[in-house]
Amino acid sequence: MNKTMLIIRREYLTRVKKKSFILLTLLMPFIFAALIFVPLALSLIKDGSDKTVYVVDPSDHYAPLFQNGGGWTFSQQPQDDAAFYDKDSGVEAVILINGDPATDEQALQIHSRNQVPADLIAITENTVGNQVRQDKLAAYGIDSLDRIIADVQKPIHAITMQRDSDGSSKITNADIATAAGFLFTFLIYMFVMSYGAMVMQSVMEEKTNRIVELMVSAVSPFQLMLGKIVGIALVGLTQLGVWTLMLTAIITTAGQMFGTGGTGDATMMLSALMNLPFFEITLLFILFFIGGYLLYASLFAAIGASINAQEDAQQFMTPMIVIMVFAMYAGLYSAENTNGPLAFWSSMFPLTSPIVMMVRIPHGVPLWQELLSLGLLFGTCLACVWISGKIYRIGILLYGKKPNLKEMVKWIRYK
Amino acid sequence: MTPDTFLTAENIVKRFGTHTALDGVSISVPRGRVFGLLGPNGAGKTTLIRIINRITVPDSGTITFDGHPFGADDVQRIGYLPEERGLYKKMKVGEQAVYLASLRGLSAREAKARLQAWFEKFGIESWWNKKLEELSKGMQQKVQFIITAVHEPDLLILDEPFSGFDPVNAELLKKEILALRDKGATIIFSTHNMASVEEVCDDIALIHKSHVVLQGQVAQIKEEHRTGCYEVVATEGTLKPVEGVFDVTGSTAQRHVTTYRLAKAAGVSNADLARAVAEQVEPRSFCEVMPSMNEIFLKIVGA
Repeated sequence: MNKTMLIIRREYLTRVKKKSFILLTLLMPFIFAALIFVPLALSLIKDGSDKTVYVVDPSDHYAPLFQNGGGWTFSQQPQDDAAFYDKDSGVEAVILINGDPATDEQALQIHSRNQVPADLIAITENTVGNQVRQDKLAAYGIDSLDRIIADVQKPIHAITMQRDSDGSSKITNADIATAAGFLFTFLIYMFVMSYGAMVMQSVMEEKTNRIVELMVSAVSPFQLMLGKIVGIALVGLTQLGVWTLMLTAIITTAGQMFGTGGTGDATMMLSALMNLPFFEITLLFILFFIGGYLLYASLFAAIGASINAQEDAQQFMTPMIVIMVFAMYAGLYSAENTNGPLAFWSSMFPLTSPIVMMVRIPHGVPLWQELLSLGLLFGTCLACVWISGKIYRIGILLYGKKPNLKEMVKWIRYK
Repeated sequence: MTPDTFLTAENIVKRFGTHTALDGVSISVPRGRVFGLLGPNGAGKTTLIRIINRITVPDSGTITFDGHPFGADDVQRIGYLPEERGLYKKMKVGEQAVYLASLRGLSAREAKARLQAWFEKFGIESWWNKKLEELSKGMQQKVQFIITAVHEPDLLILDEPFSGFDPVNAELLKKEILALRDKGATIIFSTHNMASVEEVCDDIALIHKSHVVLQGQVAQIKEEHRTGCYEVVATEGTLKPVEGVFDVTGSTAQRHVTTYRLAKAAGVSNADLARAVAEQVEPRSFCEVMPSMNEIFLKIVGA
């Protein structure tokens, strides 16, 4: 077997066979799903008993309008009583209506021992407010005025379509495009961050273990570095693959259990989702993913090879993290103006482009920009792998010395 | 180049920035012998060893390996035991031995069969499924030696092989090294330990300050560095210096024997010296004091 393949195989198998990896890979989808569904499930569960609210309305105009439900039981009382506010009274709140709420701002009040819950306030305001509005309309003496008003107030909704000069058009949805962009961006960011750091960790481990001298006597340092980067990428892809499959299965099952989906909005969203340039997105996602990972992983490998101890890692890691966090923010702000200067330039700069470009692509990016960005990314990527290979080759065999940038530039020039 | 030379390095130069680690170093390692690579710390030994392992590329100079120019495939025929030992701590012993052997060109099955034979020979079969970090340092050294030799390399490069071994295991290792040599392997042996040089090395090269300052067969080097010192143990009479033959540099008397140290004059043969001594005293023993490798090392390196 080819030596690079042997290295990839070892890097892959030792990680995938680890108990912690298996556990994390299998549990994460459930944790993700729990994050989505547990709050949903909790919100559906109601308190066992309804809470009692007294309504004191001398006019008797509004009190009968309060409907039991939503966890509240309303009951009319002739007058306010201090006993209502006793801890053991079982009364949650008292709604006092003294006078005409239409003209007197002080007329409608809610008294309670505790904070008044927001939904009770909303119920009260809606119930009384609706009646006040109807009373006012009726006072004008115009027939069917309420229906006229309702007709006038009907909201207008614009359907967004993307059209080409050849006349074809399709339904789009900016929110969905943004969400899809963020998802891909976040995936790249997370992947590069965690697996790039894993490459560094692994290089450093070989160096501190001193096995590296034995390794490079059998294979070239470049093979070793490449084998490591590819092997770890495969570990990450395995994890992503398992997560995608499991999450899809869990969400589908759980979605059916909770009975979500299938509303009119959803079909609309689905058609917008289907109309995203999927082939383009997937292809570019894969390309930017590979480019971004290779670029960062090779830099991480070079760092891992240059340092002697975990503590030294920080000083070199910081600039990398700063750049990545900047890219993340640039991506966030680019979503608001996907063709603005920030979005454009940061999707051209190779260290940020894999992250930022993914935000822009679902919104449509001119082909020349995509090609230019990819070209720059892969050009830089090759240069970085080459330079990192040089640094790696010298660095892994150098012990005890803490290198600085000047030293590392010198290593690149060594034959 | 004589036909029985396995490896030659000619005029090797290696610079790191302004520092010259090797400056025109040439060595030739005879086939099927143990070749000692000696030198004080920082002399350039490790750099030379790394060049012979193709870890580092020399700035200039050529290496001939088994009669042809050194190429990338030749590393399959080299077994390397680095001075800084190290294996994957979290990996199982057997698994990583198979992996490292495969990197040296063995098939996985072949590697496993051979390794199991070695493990049996060393009586360590039970370690196969242990993680390396569970073994003691000495045990790890054994595993590492097996990994070095398992692909039956034609050239073994051992950097301080005895460090970290107890005397019993050092003896075992020495036997294995000599057995490998007798099977036809060529061995480059780098060490500071001059006693082990005398025990196992057939030839040596001494590197000092980036240059080879001494090279040849151990016996011949000792011959060349004869100091003309003799030790005579005599029972009767008193030994006096004889002009033009020898001088007495010291003596110690113990009850009825006296030990004399003599310095022979130039151009006198051992036979003449023995005769001259026997004329004066009754010798019980007569021997030439050969310099130890340690003394030669110190003399040349100038400590």
